Amino acid sequence: MVRLYPNRCQLVGSAFISGFLISLVRSFIHFVILISRQGKVRLTKWYSPYQQKERSTVIRELSGLILTRGPKLCNFVEWKGFKVVYASLYFCICIDPDDNELEILEIIHHFVEILDRYFGSVCELDLIFNFHKAYYILDEILIAGELQESSKKTVARLIAAQDSLVETAKEETGSISNMISQAM
Amino acid sequence: MIPDRPVRSCRPAGPAPEPCRSTACVFAIPPTEKRETPRHNKIARWLGSNPPISPHGLPPSSDRDSLAQISIFALASSPFGDLASLARSGAQGRALEDLAAALAMNPFSSGTRLRDMIRAIRACKTAAEERAVVRKECAAIRSAISENDQDYRHRNIAKLMFIHMLGYPTHFGQMECLKLIAASGFPEKRIGYLGLMLLLDERQEVLMLVTNSLKQDLNLSNQYIVGLALCALGNICSAEMARDLAPEVERLLLTRDPNIKKKAALCSIRIIRKVPDLAENFLSPAASLLKEKHHGVLIAGVQLCTDLCKVSADASNYLRKNCTEGLVRLLRDVSNSPYAPEYDIAGITDPFLHIRLLRLMRMLGQGDSDTSEYINDILAQVASKTESNKNAGNAILYECVETIMGIEATSGLRVLAINILGRFLSNRDNNIRYVALNMLMKAVAVDSQAVQRHRTTILECVKDSDASIRKRALELVFLLVNDTNVKPLTKELIDYLEVSDQDFKGDLTAKICLIVEKFSQEKKWYIDQMFKVLSLGGNFVKDDVWHALIVAISNAPDLQGYSVRSLYKAFQTSSEQVCLVRVTVWCIGEYGEMLVNNVGVLEVEEPMTVTESDAVDVLEACLTRYSSDIATRSMSLIALLKLSSRFPPTSERIKDIITVHKGSVALELQQRAIEFNSIIQRHQNIKSSLVERMPVLDESAYIGKRTSSSQANIVADKSSQPSSTATTLKFPNGVAKPPAAPLVDLLDLSADDTPVPSSTSNDFLHDLLGIGLTNSPSSGTAPSGGTDILMDLLSIGTPVQNDTAPKVVSSNQGFAPTTKPAPTTSQVMDLLDGLPSNGSLPGSQTPVYPSITAFESSTLRIMFSFTKQPEKPHVTEIHVTFVNLSSEAYTDFVFQAAVPKFVQLHLDPASSNQLAASGNGTITQTLTVTNSQHGQKALAMRVRMVYKVNNQDKSEQGQINNFPPGL
Repeated sequence: MVRLYPNRCQLVGSAFISGFLISLVRSFIHFVILISRQGKVRLTKWYSPYQQKERSTVIRELSGLILTRGPKLCNFVEWKGFKVVYASLYFCICIDPDDNELEILEIIHHFVEILDRYFGSVCELDLIFNFHKAYYILDEILIAGELQESSKKTVARLIAAQDSLVETAKEETGSISNMISQAM
Repeated sequence: MIPDRPVRSCRPAGPAPEPCRSTACVFAIPPTEKRETPRHNKIARWLGSNPPISPHGLPPSSDRDSLAQISIFALASSPFGDLASLARSGAQGRALEDLAAALAMNPFSSGTRLRDMIRAIRACKTAAEERAVVRKECAAIRSAISENDQDYRHRNIAKLMFIHMLGYPTHFGQMECLKLIAASGFPEKRIGYLGLMLLLDERQEVLMLVTNSLKQDLNLSNQYIVGLALCALGNICSAEMARDLAPEVERLLLTRDPNIKKKAALCSIRIIRKVPDLAENFLSPAASLLKEKHHGVLIAGVQLCTDLCKVSADASNYLRKNCTEGLVRLLRDVSNSPYAPEYDIAGITDPFLHIRLLRLMRMLGQGDSDTSEYINDILAQVASKTESNKNAGNAILYECVETIMGIEATSGLRVLAINILGRFLSNRDNNIRYVALNMLMKAVAVDSQAVQRHRTTILECVKDSDASIRKRALELVFLLVNDTNVKPLTKELIDYLEVSDQDFKGDLTAKICLIVEKFSQEKKWYIDQMFKVLSLGGNFVKDDVWHALIVAISNAPDLQGYSVRSLYKAFQTSSEQVCLVRVTVWCIGEYGEMLVNNVGVLEVEEPMTVTESDAVDVLEACLTRYSSDIATRSMSLIALLKLSSRFPPTSERIKDIITVHKGSVALELQQRAIEFNSIIQRHQNIKSSLVERMPVLDESAYIGKRTSSSQANIVADKSSQPSSTATTLKFPNGVAKPPAAPLVDLLDLSADDTPVPSSTSNDFLHDLLGIGLTNSPSSGTAPSGGTDILMDLLSIGTPVQNDTAPKVVSSNQGFAPTTKPAPTTSQVMDLLDGLPSNGSLPGSQTPVYPSITAFESSTLRIMFSFTKQPEKPHVTEIHVTFVNLSSEAYTDFVFQAAVPKFVQLHLDPASSNQLAASGNGTITQTLTVTNSQHGQKALAMRVRMVYKVNNQDKSEQGQINNFPPGL
């Protein structure tokens, strides 16, 4: 009379289990957030599991914490047993307390320099209107919360190659539709 | 006519487009002009490749050149007047107008480009405006999704990503990401994977559906598509996906392309974090990555090895044996390498690789003296040769120091490391000082003497203007305190307390109190320091700290006079500090005559004269001042009552003060005032014995209780269980004196109106138990954990009435099983109100779990009750009762349940499949649940009920998360 769906169970199970796993699976970098001086979110990337609600709490709390810090203070804040390293226009990276904060600072600089090269002296507007580009670049620098590439040139080359792939595809569809329209 | 992307009129297949769409006109400009547009305009164009007409009509100047085409949707959003300028092709002008008119009817056309949407959102002045824009966009996207629109799918996802970043819900777009990923082209996949990573997380069931596409993409030959798939997998894969796709990733680790190799290596890290059992498969490919030349691959490979070491001891042994030599050589090469522009940061070649190599060496050298010895030289070289004038160099030094502290290094190397930290500490850069403090905390455990040398510098850091540095320094100072330096250090900290920031006072006070309590060698010093802290930071002192102080004073008969006089003096200057006021009030109530008669004057004291009415003045001030809280005022009332019998001349005045408060708006004060008034007026004969001085509070019992209650948060069930049995044991030889008649009311009051405890609920529990213990006044319980009222009751010095004790015990009994994971105060309060009346005897073994209403809708209610065999803690029998709340009878009622993987579920047949209307009948059913992770994971369940009403099928479903803890 009562049926159980093994497959469905598994699905449900995965949803449940991962919810409970938060404290078990930890990345090196838990998340990367970019907030503007006005506290607006410009980029978020979560490498450890956070629920949607937690995400907005995190952003709210962190922007309150970081935006109020004066100049010339150190670039690290302690927050809920984690450390958050922030720099230039509030790139915030959350790490475990025993990770190397100075290196994270270098990673932020690394990221910013690559953005800079790509956009040609990057400004906030670039990141707003081309936010997806910023994500593509970030994905070439970090995977799974770990550093992927230390050479700015390599990252630039990979991004350029993929951009041109997109351009080519676009032109191809363009010419196909062109042919169709001429045929009409 | 050269459109640079397909427009709707050119849609090759699919349902016939609406008539107006088929007439879409297309403008074009020569492709040569297009190339002149700035690069990121071009990029944006692909995403939002409708013609760049801003919502305000005129195209933005930078976009004017790129007016490559006009698709119908942009027309819909642009005013007609501006169209005229666009209708240069004349012949098509009318068609265009018709088209625009037709489209203006449709408010849900997803017309805007990504750029325009962003612009519109940025132009919003208020949050409400922004919400309106987003709502409109989302509606358009939703309708595009339901129409299965393909051409604009990528643009819609890009828009959704932006909307998602603003914090709006975007779940409805998740399936669209999957469709994009399943498309064949690279551009679609690129956006699709980005959306997947942004809009979904590993918990969503939808994610499982992407496994197949990922598998296909991982097997493609295009390195960029493989790269996209690896990146997505590495960022969001779940345990199931990790298992399914591990073989693909493993294979990709062996490909030639460095781009794929490094991505596969990082992806493997995610996989072994999710499924540690897979670690051994990755071991030998990971080791072979260390032989690579490409830095990206090396970095990823070294990280993979580090993570392998974390999850498996075998891996550490394997790598120790096979790779140590190679690692040392790598580190030497990279640190000696000549200038390499590609990897250079501030004159250092690839600091990232340096740091990762050092980290892996730490993993390998930990607890292994052979490896440690082998890497000793290279660490010394890095520690002494690295430039420390730039952040990159310092980052390497910092990692190197950490590795030296982590392995079995020689003492010479450790000295070198601590010297580096010493240099860091005197650096002007706050970041460097911060990490130095951080690292010194680890170094304390290794070589405390060496750290002590930097004590003065560290103490200066406590006073830094940067909150992060202050906090670190304070933690470190706390570790550095020992018996010899406690006095100067405490003095420094207390001096600083006077001038520190308000925000920092809380932390600072807590630490000073801890230090003073932990290291006090003599009582007078302890009392003195505490008085100083109270008068400087009395608003930040935790309840248990000043309670402990009172216990200490009560146990030091020769210091009581001194204490009360010091407090009286301190009160004159710092009467705004809450905790100081409370301690003062308590002490004056107890030892008022010592204050007036100068009993037990110490040599160091200055003589002072305080009259009886001065003492009453203090109490009256505390009672009447508007800034005092209820607890302080209640304490003042009791202290006044006590003084009225000790200072007969003032008793008339005290009576008047108490009478005034008979009309107090605060219930607590009013009740006390009325009761005390009746004691004064009608029970003069017993008054003096009622308000006797408190018996000496049992110091060791209090300390023991305090430590156990502070541990209670971690092992709540363990600590409460023994104490409850202790209570039960004490109970039989309980009452020592017959209860005093006027106090009966008072006690009832306390049982009903116990205030919400200000500290943790566990403290509260202990206080409840404390009542049980006070049955014999000799073991009178110390005040603790926030329930001031209880404490005040005790201070009257009368035994607790007989019948409250069993009540307390039984409440504890019912409460015990629920304490496990952080019970909330409200739970505790509920339990006090409606005690579980199952009448089980105190101390019986079977835990009792409260029944829950697992599911309730307007039509159906499901109740769960639980039983458990004591010998099988992981098995729970759940008795389910279904009640029909609607007015229609249900037939063919079927109950289905699903549980997480670690739980096994067995369902017995239900008692019936007919459920009478309006609660006139129930179905019962028994489930047996076996939680294989009992004690670690809580139970959860999804349920679905299928039934028929008047032969119509109905179903309801829900999720049950409110299982009592411990099942």
